[in-house]
Amino acid sequence: MFDYTFHWRPAFRALPDMLAGAWVTLELAALSMIFGVLIALALTLARQQRNPLLRGVAVSWVSVARNTPALFQIYIIYFGLGSFGLHVNSWLALLIGITFNNAGYLAENFRGGLAAVPDTQIRAARSLGMSAFQAYRLIVVPQLLRIVFYPITNQMVWAVLMTSLGVIVGMNTDLTGVTQTYNVKTFRTFEYFALAAVLYYLIAKAIVIVARLLAWRLFRY
Amino acid sequence: MFETSFTWNDLKYMLEGAWITILLTIGAMFIGSLGGLVFGLLRAIFPRASLPLAWVLDIFRSVPLLIQFVLFNAFKSIVGLDMSVFMVACLVLGVYSAAYCAEIVRGGVLAVPLEVRRASRSLGLTFMQDLRYITLPLATRVAFPGWLNLTLGVMKDTALVMWIGLIELLRASQTIVTRIQEPLLVLCIAGLIYYIMSWVVSQVGARIEKRWQQDD
Repeated sequence: MFDYTFHWRPAFRALPDMLAGAWVTLELAALSMIFGVLIALALTLARQQRNPLLRGVAVSWVSVARNTPALFQIYIIYFGLGSFGLHVNSWLALLIGITFNNAGYLAENFRGGLAAVPDTQIRAARSLGMSAFQAYRLIVVPQLLRIVFYPITNQMVWAVLMTSLGVIVGMNTDLTGVTQTYNVKTFRTFEYFALAAVLYYLIAKAIVIVARLLAWRLFRY
Repeated sequence: MFETSFTWNDLKYMLEGAWITILLTIGAMFIGSLGGLVFGLLRAIFPRASLPLAWVLDIFRSVPLLIQFVLFNAFKSIVGLDMSVFMVACLVLGVYSAAYCAEIVRGGVLAVPLEVRRASRSLGLTFMQDLRYITLPLATRVAFPGWLNLTLGVMKDTALVMWIGLIELLRASQTIVTRIQEPLLVLCIAGLIYYIMSWVVSQVGARIEKRWQQDD
């Protein structure tokens, strides 16, 4: 039944390259999260505006991001944008796709967080002489970020897992891409991908632990 | 500019892919709900003893689904299991959704106040009766939105099975793109189909939720 011998040594020999790939993955996920949070804040604010154009854009962004697969979004950017003469490489396509996805999901979380910040606080801030932007920057956003800190952590783990989709659009520098490159050279699929799975697990756990430490440090009061 | 070589047959091909997507979602959610119910109940009732189970389920949530597909597909070949790709995809997605569903069920069961369960026990119900008539019906109402979200998530995650060679909606549209070289149009149609499927599921879910709230 079991006519197979595992060869773990080539997999371990590929470990340095895979660690470098893991770094690329982490970098990509972190970038997409930074842009994602910024865009999500903008979307959350835009959804509250009276301007139908702004609101329409924000609402449709959120609903498209949440109702179609992440892989589809990456596909549209990688293949679809070619119709407009925009040719993006796979790294950029992956970054834009994940950012788009993150922003949509985070905006939905932020809406719930924003409802938890009382409206009276904005009015109080405005009557103390702050401009609207200051009121948001100094009063609303800090409280909002505290409420949505846990969903953001979750989304960060999601972003790391989503970067593995890059391999389908030809990405070969992130963790899955490097793994796949080694895989097609040797066909030791199980060994290489098992190692990649372990690395992904460690990255995900590391993010959760760092977030917990950060929360402990940031939200003491 | 508005000429296209996209034909009705292509649309039919894509709809066949969409049917595979739907079948996969149903199969995966069936496995996932059953597994999630069992694991979630274990996690809620024996929090200490089922801690190892939580660690195992956590692995399935922390490893990319794509890698789980590849790993299980390779493992299947190593062990020599005779399974179709569809079965592999169903099983992996099912276990993946079970890991999430367990957390949802656990949250639902824990949301039932302990006093309610004590009251039902002191009225003479057995443990199983309490579970069946009191706890689970109450927990279902709490857990349902999460379960619905999971279903939508699984439907989107079925797109990944293209990597192990099953032709579902996205793979079908890719095949057509390769032939007629009009990526934007074909992908937009695929996106529209996904959007409609998600929309229908969430509408049905919203209606069920509303009906259940009337009973309270």
